[in-house]
Amino acid sequence: MKYVDEYRKKDLILSVSEKLKSISKKEIVLMEVCGGHTMAIHRFGLHSLLPSNIRLISGPGCPVCVSSQHFIDTAMAYSKLPGVIITTYGDLIRVPGSTTSLEKERANGSDVRIIYSVLDALEIAKKNPEKRVVFLGIGFETTAPLTAAAILQAQKEKIPNFFVLSAHKVMPPVMKALVDEGVKIDGFIAPGHVSAITGTAIYDTLASECGLGVVISGFEPVDMMHSVLMLTEQLESGTPKVEVQYQRVVQHDGNKIAQQILDDVFELRDDQWRGLGTIPKSGLRIRENLSAFDAEKHFQVDVPESTEPKGCICGQILRGLKTPVDCGLFAKKCTPADPVGACMVSGEGTCATYYKYRV
Amino acid sequence: MKQRDDKILLGHGSGGRMMHDLIENLFLKHFSNSILDEQTDAAILNVGSEEIAFTTDSFVIDPLFFPGGNIGKLAVCGTVNDLAVSGAEPLYISVSMIIEEGFPMQGLELIVESLAAEAEKAGVLIVTGDTKVVNKGKCDKLFINTAGIGRVKKENRLVSKALDIQPGDVIIINGTIGDHGMAVMNARESFNFRTSIESDCASLNQLIREVLDQSPVKFMRDPTRGGVATVLNELVEKTKLGIEIDESALPILSGVKAMCELLGFDPLHIANEGKVLIVASEKDGNAILEILKKNELGLKSAIIGRVVADHPGKVVLKNETGGRRIVDSLSGDQLPRIC
Repeated sequence: MKYVDEYRKKDLILSVSEKLKSISKKEIVLMEVCGGHTMAIHRFGLHSLLPSNIRLISGPGCPVCVSSQHFIDTAMAYSKLPGVIITTYGDLIRVPGSTTSLEKERANGSDVRIIYSVLDALEIAKKNPEKRVVFLGIGFETTAPLTAAAILQAQKEKIPNFFVLSAHKVMPPVMKALVDEGVKIDGFIAPGHVSAITGTAIYDTLASECGLGVVISGFEPVDMMHSVLMLTEQLESGTPKVEVQYQRVVQHDGNKIAQQILDDVFELRDDQWRGLGTIPKSGLRIRENLSAFDAEKHFQVDVPESTEPKGCICGQILRGLKTPVDCGLFAKKCTPADPVGACMVSGEGTCATYYKYRV
Repeated sequence: MKQRDDKILLGHGSGGRMMHDLIENLFLKHFSNSILDEQTDAAILNVGSEEIAFTTDSFVIDPLFFPGGNIGKLAVCGTVNDLAVSGAEPLYISVSMIIEEGFPMQGLELIVESLAAEAEKAGVLIVTGDTKVVNKGKCDKLFINTAGIGRVKKENRLVSKALDIQPGDVIIINGTIGDHGMAVMNARESFNFRTSIESDCASLNQLIREVLDQSPVKFMRDPTRGGVATVLNELVEKTKLGIEIDESALPILSGVKAMCELLGFDPLHIANEGKVLIVASEKDGNAILEILKKNELGLKSAIIGRVVADHPGKVVLKNETGGRRIVDSLSGDQLPRIC
């Protein structure tokens, strides 16, 4: 397959692996903060191809996993209201809330529909004018522009029954928060598709103030290995900086149109991250002038205080402090078929990826 | 049953882990007997001096018509294949229909014509049936159940039981994987992918007979819901051996591969309706491959992996990049209503 096979070439990967072994003997810990990267590392067994002195750990990059329990509980409360259709990307429906999940509410009669694009949610709203259609907006700068575009489209077409419950988040504040908290890493492998939208400048302070290298990476095995090599070279030469490995997609300035749409629709707010608490200016709220589409403004529901499951260490896993095998629930009480924590639910979650792929 | 399962979820019908648990913890608990407990695709029964295979399958696919077939053709192929992989020669099938009030007669006729045509092609007779019509909204258009019986030759009676699997045995498939699931998904969802993927839906009894007549086979199973991954996981669970799959040997159409990449699916989890996985000793592997390749349903046959003594109970994929990963059974509900 074009644009894929080229980046899965065994020879190329092995040659990077050899080069890594020759240029550094330092103990190096790199964190990836994108669920797509976590998946790629495990799916292609990259751990087994890296020299033993280089360790990759997974940070808070899976949108489903970092969405707060309160968000899930709120979605559940909406799903029980009469005349409401919940539309969501598939991963979210099995995330356990405090007491139940959207999948179980669907079995109880709630109208919960899996969609592949937010535009499908708009179509559902148009076809069901007597219903209120709520889209559960999750994801980072990559998916948020799509939600923003749908809201602008709904405004243009005057669709009064389309609402968004936004749990959209932005990447840089959480990366900075992890560093400030003292998580010990030597560099970040940054998500390529976030920078396809935002450009590269969002990480400048991580390099200049925190002295950490950031390489914006693609998602194929050659990309990932190449990014590890670039970070290792930075460490060896003592010059931490922001570099783009994923040059076939990421431009320095990013996608200006998408940035404008994001800014037109959303503003930053302090936001809750599962297991990490509230991080200042890390979430996206719908602006006041578009509040007609903001589910939080439209629906009045009582959501009881959310409780996180006992024994679950998703929070520490998302911080990169622990790995799934450190968790007493992992692969015992917590499996993809019967998940306890969010990291086990999403295909991009660290626990699900470990469970599925780790030999 | 565990407390959490107080209602049936779509995942309970997915062919993966949840369905497996439902069968173990509820159906087998109440129905258990020596024949059912074997959990093969078809029950092998003694009737006088003969042995017959008996199976049943229900079809709830949405949409009813899809590239490469329709629910009628599928209803014949599914039951014929369950008999064939059990080492039986399919002879007779039943067809029962549950039809929603208001269903167009013209559509029904097309489906019935397909049922008849596929039965003729497979060499089975439709000998009994049942018709029910339910109020509009009480079922989705049309559901079909078929059951079938076939005659089992003595030498083939153990082929579904995986009794003599050894490290070194090879795993063969008769062509590309994931075609059915992706064809149905593309027809159902509004992706508008420009692709020519067609379901592989086909009756495999003649192909399987050609193999069984000429070569010893240790195990056969059709990788339908849950895909190749689920069959192989059932096999390692049963044999307490491991399986290693070679990714570069997996026959996958580029369209299927691309759709899976885009949607985040593993082709090993996607349903097939015209495929059989065969396990045979290494010395018989190539001969079986040759037999399969001579049949139009086996042109792209390949040896995709082998049984190993390492990692018992686990299926491991050696990928194109030199890394290794586990291939687990499908969890939960990936693609509901694909058959």
